[in-house]
Amino acid sequence: MTVVEASAATGKAAAAISRKPQRSTISDGSTRKSRTVRYVLLLLFLLFVLTPVYVVLITSFKTSSDTTAAAQWSLPQTWTLEPWRKAWDVLEPYMVRSLSLAVPAAIIASMIGSANGFVLARWRFPGANLVFAFILFGMFIPYQAVMLPLRQTYQDLDVTRGIPTLLITHVIYGLPICTLIFRNYYATVVPNEIIESARVDGAGLIQTYARIILPISISGFVVTLIWQFTSVWNDFLFALFLTQQNNGPVTLGLAALAGGQKVDYAASMAGALITSFPTLLVYILLGRWFIGGLMAGALKG
Amino acid sequence: MHGRIRTWGPGALVLLPTVLLLGYFVYGLIAWTFNTSLTDKHNARPLPTKHVGFENYVNLFGEDRFLNSLKNLGVLTVAFIVGTLIFGVLWALLLEKGVTGEGVFRSIFLFPMAVSMIASGVVWGWLLNPSQGDDARGLNRLFDLLHLNFLENPWWTAGSRWTTMASIALPAVWQLSGYIMALFLAGFRGIPPELREAARVDGASEFKLYRYVLFPQLSPIALSALIILGHMSLKLFDLIYAITGPNQFRTEVPSVYMWNTLLRSDMAKAAGIAIVLLAVVAVLVIPYVAYTVRQESEE
Repeated sequence: MTVVEASAATGKAAAAISRKPQRSTISDGSTRKSRTVRYVLLLLFLLFVLTPVYVVLITSFKTSSDTTAAAQWSLPQTWTLEPWRKAWDVLEPYMVRSLSLAVPAAIIASMIGSANGFVLARWRFPGANLVFAFILFGMFIPYQAVMLPLRQTYQDLDVTRGIPTLLITHVIYGLPICTLIFRNYYATVVPNEIIESARVDGAGLIQTYARIILPISISGFVVTLIWQFTSVWNDFLFALFLTQQNNGPVTLGLAALAGGQKVDYAASMAGALITSFPTLLVYILLGRWFIGGLMAGALKG
Repeated sequence: MHGRIRTWGPGALVLLPTVLLLGYFVYGLIAWTFNTSLTDKHNARPLPTKHVGFENYVNLFGEDRFLNSLKNLGVLTVAFIVGTLIFGVLWALLLEKGVTGEGVFRSIFLFPMAVSMIASGVVWGWLLNPSQGDDARGLNRLFDLLHLNFLENPWWTAGSRWTTMASIALPAVWQLSGYIMALFLAGFRGIPPELREAARVDGASEFKLYRYVLFPQLSPIALSALIILGHMSLKLFDLIYAITGPNQFRTEVPSVYMWNTLLRSDMAKAAGIAIVLLAVVAVLVIPYVAYTVRQESEE
């Protein structure tokens, strides 16, 4: 499976994973003992993955006198919401800014990506591969390589610093991945007959897209929207280079809350939970599509 | 690909904005960065700059700090890829035949990927506290409570380059192993069941079944995983920033060094570091993009 096929599988990936394993009629080679070993190992790994979660949760409810070295892994002696209140007071403006950034950035990039993907999937022209590679490479670059002149460009163009700058940035650098996901979606999922039938009716490319393709693109949109939302929400690099504390998104706020000389661990942990809440919510509610997006999207750092 | 559309105009019109935007914001800006790296713009003063050829690159590769950051990056990448592949493939193998509660395991193994590296860095910074003995904190305290004191260690704050960068890789492994699991799980489930049946009828042992029948089927997935992980590791920045702070020589990689250089307003040098980083990523990615596009066009 190449990157492209991996993302071609977006629609099907989640289904493929959830597919029932094929039980062998002869022997699946597993004895009672090996099954026990398997469960024990799985539970141990579960503990490994959940250890940080335990730490975050208990620490975020502790009073400052309760965070001594000896008591670090114990439950709070007295449960308090103070760290949560403190973290929220710091993070609230950042949360609002991040929300006003991630939602439109996800929607705009997805819409352009869908139009691009449709054209690339269904429209052969000389140099099509070149255009495809041209777009694909944009997904892999380390953004450090564009960061300095990017700042200069926004200064020259006099774009409002802060969220507007970040919004434009995330839309542009989100285009490759959204285009790729939709290109593969249209190439594999949407049957030709649908497009052909539209052509018989004499509908043009744009009409075909608007009347026939858009309505059947919903699951493609769910994948790109989730992917874009998550990666914009979690981005730190662009935020650090292009914004400041007074106009930056939530990752910047969390880094400030948890940085510095005297770190309030309880508040930092509460902050980590607060800032992760939107993406975790998306993951819990739409996990199936989240996996689909990961298949295609993890390419974009 | 089928369903060709014969008119040129509308399609070109749709793609044009994207091609122009990426042309400027990806390729144009890379050229600009490269150009800056060839100048002597070493401070914020608006002085006229002149081209100095490859002087900045020569200086970089003659500088201990930069070479240190490259070595750190190499070690980090190896530790991260090996760790993530081991956990990811192991989890996929354990889940592959289907266990009760598979969905729960899958979801929990995957969830760290939904969390930002800054948030996980905050938590892992706490876990990787270097204090030991009576004052042990974080994971070291947990080892103490479990009577596993021999595991206590100073994490990234002391010791060899390998233990230092492996400590940094650990949180990254925690975050991304689930993703590798998902990739391989999808791969295993995509293998036609007849292949397994045939191997078993032929009397192949479980080990041989995996070694000679199933794993060879997954080599394209392994290649994808390798490229994905490799390029993520080369660009790793947030996690190091959150765990150790940006100003740690011990854990500095080029992406972090570039930020530190920029803070000192040395544009030319920062640009040079960014271009070297780009070159390293490109060596990994360009053959892969070419291969992908060629495969696509053959279909």
